Amino acid sequence: MSENILAIENVAARYGDFLAVQDASLCVPNKSIVSIIGSNGAGKSTLMDCVAGVHKPSSGRIFFKGEDITGLPAYEIVRRGLSLVPQGSRCFVRMTVEDNLIMGSFPGCARKGATSMLEKVYELFPVLKEKRNDLSGSLSGGQRQMVAIGRSLMSQPDLILFDEISLGLAPTIIKDIYSRIRQINAEGTSIVLVEQDVKRSVKTSDYSHVMLKGKIVLSGPSRELTEEDIKNAYFGI
Amino acid sequence: MAQQLINGILLGGVYALVGVGMTMIFGIVQLTNLAHGEFIILAAYLSSVISVGLGLSPLLTLIITVPLMFVIGYILQNVLINKLMERGSEPALLVTFGLSIIIQNALLLIFSADANRLIVSFQALSIPLGGMGRIPVLNLVVCLIGIATLFVLNLFLKKTYIGRSIRATSDDKVAAALMGVNVKQTYGIAMGLALATAAIAGTMVGMIYPFYPSTGSGYLIIAFGVVVIGGMGSITGTLVAGFIFGLAQVLGGSNYGLLIGYLVLIVMLAVRPQGLFAK
Repeated sequence: MSENILAIENVAARYGDFLAVQDASLCVPNKSIVSIIGSNGAGKSTLMDCVAGVHKPSSGRIFFKGEDITGLPAYEIVRRGLSLVPQGSRCFVRMTVEDNLIMGSFPGCARKGATSMLEKVYELFPVLKEKRNDLSGSLSGGQRQMVAIGRSLMSQPDLILFDEISLGLAPTIIKDIYSRIRQINAEGTSIVLVEQDVKRSVKTSDYSHVMLKGKIVLSGPSRELTEEDIKNAYFGI
Repeated sequence: MAQQLINGILLGGVYALVGVGMTMIFGIVQLTNLAHGEFIILAAYLSSVISVGLGLSPLLTLIITVPLMFVIGYILQNVLINKLMERGSEPALLVTFGLSIIIQNALLLIFSADANRLIVSFQALSIPLGGMGRIPVLNLVVCLIGIATLFVLNLFLKKTYIGRSIRATSDDKVAAALMGVNVKQTYGIAMGLALATAAIAGTMVGMIYPFYPSTGSGYLIIAFGVVVIGGMGSITGTLVAGFIFGLAQVLGGSNYGLLIGYLVLIVMLAVRPQGLFAK
């Protein structure tokens, strides 16, 4: 296996005539945390949708664990160990918390260890165990994000993409979720954080990329990037 | 009156069975299957042919017709309807309408317009209820089979991976795909299950009522009623709706039965358009 778990090479994506992502390239080193930041509409989510197979890129290649996964359907990509926690959590609102989590272990390879994984998820988010028999539609926004994260963990992925995990959540909840994400990473899962919240994601990550109007305009190890550089890239000054 | 209540309740189990396939496709595939009634009658004819050909009781023909109808549904969805749904829901809706005409006329061509009926040995038996009327054994059996089918289906949807994937797809198909669910294949399984319930429904109605190639549309209307009253995608709702619709129809007798059934339908649409048990 190559050193990079994910490599995005010159990916472009469009919605009809609108070019949402143009010529984006970046790598995610194995077991690292990489953040992709940018303002609303910069193309971050579209890029993640391309990686996870929800949206088909119009050009470019995407490699996961050295294999070309460009244009594969989403259900095929998650089976290979790449999971996306989508924007707005997208829980199955008419299903119970536990059923949501069990759905995460749908890929054949994840079913065997599903019971022990479920216990792990409940350890990570004890509130979910309390609410295991509640419909996920009845939960708060933060709890739904926990369900979405837990559901993603259930597939036992090697790489998780978090799309705007902190959107609309209270700061204390964001802090809590971020500490869980670090915990997940410490256990060996590579992570991509897509955020508008610059400070927290840069601080958490090993590498950062700034997107603006569909392009990656700044890349580097997070601790080498200055606040000034990031601000300029973020706003395109 | 007591007798009518009994008849109405017993009819409810069958009506729920007639509606459950429709409500599944409505809730999961988001398609109105206008051929659902014809599939029920097609299954009744299949049951009749097998029953006569092999000398089996109509009830035993289910061993063949249920898997057969499942396969028909799975292939139909994968080969035809999935492709059409990429172009929006209208083309798929029209094709189900076309299918209903094709099935109806094919049945007419093969079996002529004569009435047909599935005969069972306990046809005329009934259990006396001491002055309160009688319970016809046939109707009781049919009702129990209807309830049992819904129960098993509900259990399947709640407790198995495939069942959960069907519910997940009906909640959010993009999120389901992210969990590793092949959405189109899941639609195929859902259509297969819907037609499997249609197969059971076909045999049941064929045992209690005579059927012709054109009776399907009547069952489509009943299925619609059950979907609207029960709320789409809810199996409990479907069962209760079946009983309400069955009672309404029996209490109205042969003259006002349908009228009362539709009045209930209109009141439901006006007062609670999402159905009794919609979540």
